[in-house]
Amino acid sequence: MDKRAEATDTPEYKVIGTRPVRHDGADKVTGRAIYGADVHLTGMAHSRILRSPHPHARIKSIDTSEAEKIPGVLAVLTAADFPELEDKIAHLGEGSVNLAFLAANCVAKDKALYRGHAVAAVAAVSPHAADEAVKRIKVEYEPLPATTWVLDAMKDDAPLLHENLRTDEMGEKGDKPSNVASHLHFETGDVEKGFAEADVVIEREFRTASVHQGYIEPHVATALWNEDGRLKIWTSTQGSFTCRQQTAELLQMPISHVTVVPCEIGGGFGGKIAVYLEPVAALLSRKCGRPVKIIMQRNEVFEGTGPTPGSFVRVKLGAKKDGRLTAGQAWLAYDAGAYPGGMIGPGCMCVFSCYELPHALVDGYDVCLNKPKTQAYRAPGATQAAFACESVVDELADALGIDPFDFRLKNAAKEGTRRVDGPIYPRIGLIETLEAARNSEHWKSPLEGENRGRGMAAGFWFNVGLKSSVSAHVNPDGTVKLLEGSTDIGGTRASVAMQLAETLGIAAEDVHPIVADTDSVGYTDVTGGSRVTFATGMAAYEAGLDIRRQMAERAALLWECDANDVTIEGDDYSANGNSMTFREIAANLHETGGAVVGRATVAPEGSTNGFGCHIVDVEVDPETGKVTILRYTAAQDAGKAIHPSYVEGQMQGGAVQGIGWALNEEYFFDNQGAMRNASFLDYRMPTCLDVPMIDTIIVEVPNPAHPYGVRGVGETPIVPPPAALANAIYNATGVRMRELPMSPPRLWKAMAEKAGSRE
Amino acid sequence: MPRRTHVAATVNGEEVEFLCEPRQSLLEVLRENLRLTGAKEGCNNGNCGACTVMMNSVPVNSCIVLAVEADGAEIETVEAIARQGHMHPIQQCFLEGAALQCGVCTPGFLVAAKALLEKNPNPGEHEIRFNLAGNLCRCTGYDKIVRAVQDAAEIMQSAQPAAVK
Repeated sequence: MDKRAEATDTPEYKVIGTRPVRHDGADKVTGRAIYGADVHLTGMAHSRILRSPHPHARIKSIDTSEAEKIPGVLAVLTAADFPELEDKIAHLGEGSVNLAFLAANCVAKDKALYRGHAVAAVAAVSPHAADEAVKRIKVEYEPLPATTWVLDAMKDDAPLLHENLRTDEMGEKGDKPSNVASHLHFETGDVEKGFAEADVVIEREFRTASVHQGYIEPHVATALWNEDGRLKIWTSTQGSFTCRQQTAELLQMPISHVTVVPCEIGGGFGGKIAVYLEPVAALLSRKCGRPVKIIMQRNEVFEGTGPTPGSFVRVKLGAKKDGRLTAGQAWLAYDAGAYPGGMIGPGCMCVFSCYELPHALVDGYDVCLNKPKTQAYRAPGATQAAFACESVVDELADALGIDPFDFRLKNAAKEGTRRVDGPIYPRIGLIETLEAARNSEHWKSPLEGENRGRGMAAGFWFNVGLKSSVSAHVNPDGTVKLLEGSTDIGGTRASVAMQLAETLGIAAEDVHPIVADTDSVGYTDVTGGSRVTFATGMAAYEAGLDIRRQMAERAALLWECDANDVTIEGDDYSANGNSMTFREIAANLHETGGAVVGRATVAPEGSTNGFGCHIVDVEVDPETGKVTILRYTAAQDAGKAIHPSYVEGQMQGGAVQGIGWALNEEYFFDNQGAMRNASFLDYRMPTCLDVPMIDTIIVEVPNPAHPYGVRGVGETPIVPPPAALANAIYNATGVRMRELPMSPPRLWKAMAEKAGSRE
Repeated sequence: MPRRTHVAATVNGEEVEFLCEPRQSLLEVLRENLRLTGAKEGCNNGNCGACTVMMNSVPVNSCIVLAVEADGAEIETVEAIARQGHMHPIQQCFLEGAALQCGVCTPGFLVAAKALLEKNPNPGEHEIRFNLAGNLCRCTGYDKIVRAVQDAAEIMQSAQPAAVK
């Protein structure tokens, strides 16, 4: 599906915009690619982790003596094996982390703060022996009251997770302990005045359940603490350098003593940035003198790793009769899980990010409670906020009798719009994206039939820059080896290599991208924030310019002329009637001084601003409340799609994750605070039978901050689906759903209540 | 250490023998004993399909087959789909159609899709979705996977001798 709304005056490209086979493809369809779990080292031991059965409990004692007697057991670890850490903040590129909390999240120290919190670990000759041994570890717990809903955790009498945590109010600490880690506040204009000017004001409350990123590959790490004091880690991570830094800081060793080898990664979506296993495997390896591998089981992934925050959001919007928004106010409480530092910041910044609001006020709360520490999940914090805002926008348009596209276009953010948290947008493509969606065949075609409805919603994600580094070596046969530090989760080897190929005027296949370990490439931030094709791609472009300059020098040597006289067109170098191709100059490298190595480090600042708009048709079964998706279209501004297939893939994958979040996925907690559906059978992610084809419209409004116009695309597509589905369900049933997931029992109940109130 | 059992099976056309504990799954033995790491462990309880292999010409979740059950069986894994340096059309279509992102579910999908096409050379979209519903993918939204299977069906059909029709 390549229905592209081309912006005018796009340059002609040879490689960019084509669809070559990805460079790592053959290994991935033959089973040869090495993922974290596929690492085998000589003498490797296997580890299992003991996890708390209680959502909140004081750990009074741990007795490992029986476990140590199990045949084959090599080492046992508890929090006591970790170095003492102060409350130091480590900056990890995309976000920062308190090291004491990070260590305690890896292995609980005095208290277990959620069911599934790691308490101890065993290394043994086989995973089965390790399994038997962890069952013999005796932990004496003092169970404490627990809470798993954000509003409950904010109450004065809520069970406290951290005795020393006080609410941070714009830098001022509160006077008593609280689960509320921080209160954020953003304000522009005067909302009271804005609401007074409105003809219609609508205020609604929304709730969302925690969902999991759901990557198919469980967390895995293998560590070897060598006799020379150096540590090597093979792992599945979104950021090898971030993993290196966290591990080194937690173990109090120099980062130069740690090498992280990023294996192929089986999905991350934000959940594979924080370390869980790496420091544990490292300490076990030091204890037993062997490499140690830990693989999480699926229930451990659910109960021990990053769900996304459960949330409560109140949104109030006012508009004039003509549809012009006058003011917006939002109050958001997101749970952070067991430790402070959740997704509330981006939630606050994204809630009104699609609209021009003269007056706005946003309050946000970061709240600790007895769930695993929340982690980023694709546009972290934005989906919950957009569910609320886009539902109210739809209701407001409906109340004013204005078409939902017209209403959004009238108020759409554009170049010069100031977001409530301060930044002023550069050139962005929201209007073009909305227009492309409105002009789609999908929106123009009628939807007929009972219990059917169509909905739409817009979405935003910042897309970050951060730091990337690459080096590239020209081979004598005219191909180029590209070393990058960005782990490739969804085809970025291809999208980065293609930008280098374009810059050099050679074929995509003639660039050989390699994701290198932390000893072999310069510092590179995480694969996250929709940044790799943008920032690592920019580094590849810069390295390409560096190579071009050097190749021109080599040509000048051969032609005995000044390098400045050499002109370059694509892969053709010429001067004074001489002409050679890139490949021909490459064949002469040995005669002209040896290898040509291009390199670049980039740290682009700011956001590349991705906007999307989704349209969905649903049919609701009135007997069961089950929603069937009949048709789905996702439109998005990609700036410039480097490899359109993988841009579409991001849009389709994000849309289906959003569909799962909207309709089915949720952590079920019992009244003891224990998750009751920690398996793929009971935590119901979409299968291919649950969804139709996802049509895509790539809009291209080039990003002025990138040489090829690239904007990040990975995260935005998860933002619109819940609101688009809620709006479609309203149009099908007349019921406004304000709680996620809109699962069959919940929707059935809402429809029954509506029918009851009519009688 | 529990007593180990001797098992003899045919794996990817080769006769193999191994010793395994009764509690070990076929997946564990394939990966750990035979070092065939193409089949992946995603859930270890039969819900995600990443470990799909063929056992006596039927696709199974190898994480919920005991290794001892493989005695005398014919097993085929993703490693055997490409032959003599040539990719199977299903592999080619996954590559050309960008039907993988992280790629960890891909081996399971390839085995399951190949099994489907061998049973039903011309499946409709719904049949493809129904038959692959036991394989979870979190990256692609399935669109390009379904299309790749459709494309592979077409190529395999046209490669058949005309007399078949």
